[in-house]
Amino acid sequence: MAVVFEKPHALTDAPLHYCPGCTHGIIHRLIAEVIDELGIEGETIGVASVGCSVMAYDYFNVDFVQAAHGRAPAVATGVKRADPSKVVFTYQGDGDLAAIGTAETVHSAARRENITVIFVNNAIYGMTGGQMAPTTLPGMVTQTSPYGRDVEAVGYPIKVCEMLSQVDGAAYLERVSVHDVAHVRKAKAAIKKAFQNQLDGKGFSLVEIVSTCPTNWGVTPEKALKFVESDMLPYYPLGVYKDIYAEGGEE
Amino acid sequence: MGDKVLMKGNEAIAEAAIKAGCRHYFGYPITPQTEVAAYMSKRMPKIGGTFLQAESEIAAINMVIGVASAGYRVMTSSSSPGISLKQEGISYLAGCDLPALVVNVERGGPGLGGIQPSQSDYWQATKAGGHGDYHNLVLAPASVQEMASLTIKGFELADKYGMVAMILADGTMGQMMEPVEIDDIEIKTVEKPWALTGTGMKREHNIVNSLYLKPELLEQKNFERYEKYAKIERDEAMFEEYLMDDAEICLVAFGITSRVAKNAINEARAKGVKVGMIRPITLWPFPKKAFEARADQCKAFVSVEMSMGQMIEDVKLAIECKKPVYLCNRVGGMIPTPEDILSKIDEVGGAK
Repeated sequence: MAVVFEKPHALTDAPLHYCPGCTHGIIHRLIAEVIDELGIEGETIGVASVGCSVMAYDYFNVDFVQAAHGRAPAVATGVKRADPSKVVFTYQGDGDLAAIGTAETVHSAARRENITVIFVNNAIYGMTGGQMAPTTLPGMVTQTSPYGRDVEAVGYPIKVCEMLSQVDGAAYLERVSVHDVAHVRKAKAAIKKAFQNQLDGKGFSLVEIVSTCPTNWGVTPEKALKFVESDMLPYYPLGVYKDIYAEGGEE
Repeated sequence: MGDKVLMKGNEAIAEAAIKAGCRHYFGYPITPQTEVAAYMSKRMPKIGGTFLQAESEIAAINMVIGVASAGYRVMTSSSSPGISLKQEGISYLAGCDLPALVVNVERGGPGLGGIQPSQSDYWQATKAGGHGDYHNLVLAPASVQEMASLTIKGFELADKYGMVAMILADGTMGQMMEPVEIDDIEIKTVEKPWALTGTGMKREHNIVNSLYLKPELLEQKNFERYEKYAKIERDEAMFEEYLMDDAEICLVAFGITSRVAKNAINEARAKGVKVGMIRPITLWPFPKKAFEARADQCKAFVSVEMSMGQMIEDVKLAIECKKPVYLCNRVGGMIPTPEDILSKIDEVGGAK
């Protein structure tokens, strides 16, 4: 019988622990498909972060190190400097990358560290039960912003792609989404480019993926996907924020 | 080689690390250890190594974790406030059983403290400064030559046991210049089948991790680690004895204070006072055996420290409080003088 659909080789058989409707599963699959298509499984080393994706090391069929909260880009720097022939990527959430790990994010970009960063932005701390994140939208209700995020009291969300686009070292920055099939396909193309850039020695490439958290948003998976389109994307516009090698790019 | 050269202690550490095969250094400027970074920044690019000035001590220790995960020898250095920042990463290194060398050229504290020499990070170094049950191997050099030899030893022990080796040097050791000989050595490598080298599609994927959500597994990992620590306490303790054969008073000192103590001992001996010294070279494992042997022989012990009395607790434990243990100390960047030590010897009954 002809096989019409199968699991990418770069994913293990371990059952994912993610909540029903969470988009981490889609993103894991996209990364694994890219690893398969580029034929880099044997040379790839992943760096897991702290948050819902902490156990990513169990799901990808590649060598993995589990980093402390926010430190994945620093750990990835060490792995890549140790052996530049390896393909090194981090997988980080918004609390990890844009709050506690802001310095590591900015400076690994500034160094044009030749790594790939997959940044999952679902505007909330999922693993710890739904607290306000650096990317929580103004007015959004979370466990630690029960009356809605009051920007006068706690400040504004961090727009990571916009911020890093001011950093000379960053080579490629794109924000994508996985809320429908068309956007999933675009997300995969961006992830593939971010890995290909590393193979080509082009330096720091980050893909921000606007994602969902039905459990902690307190909505159905379907409503969560609609919330991405109606509320998240107006605040976090999709697109390429920087590509220094593109036509008309800076280099 | 084979020639003696005049070097600062900090530079001796850097050159010895290179001789030991370390090709990756990550640091952040802080007095009084900056010469380690400066030396590495000159040497590493010439030998195909990595020198990287990180954005913080936290980033530097995490870069160390990355290189250690990949199976290569790696180090970082800092001074007291910076070492506090590294504790998170040191705990992760312990939890992942990764080898690395961490150098602390201590200055006075707490807080920003001062920039003059100190030994007040003894507890932090020997009792595990980060979270969780763990130890680091802690080596305390007392000369520029030992700054070099213990650096090499530190890399070997770190690889042998899969853990952090820390050079705990006071600021004096980092800054003073002495003749030193750093020969080419045969690098003792160990197999690292757990290292992240890429599967090459030939083996199961390797995972370097400190997370164990099942409590029985985490308990088991801790038990295994402590079996390793027990072996280290048995096999790796190092110390030097000075004029202990007939000593009635035993000074205990490491680093620069052991040098001062020797002067004081020589002066006291000239007056007929029977005093000697045990100098711990490994602070963890603390050389308990050396003390067991002398606990009955000596009538008093004096812990000479540049802290408010930290090592003194280990001395009391090592002799099981069989004899009185006194403290002779200066802190805040002050170094005890031979006179300070002599008057303490008088005070504890060593006067003739």
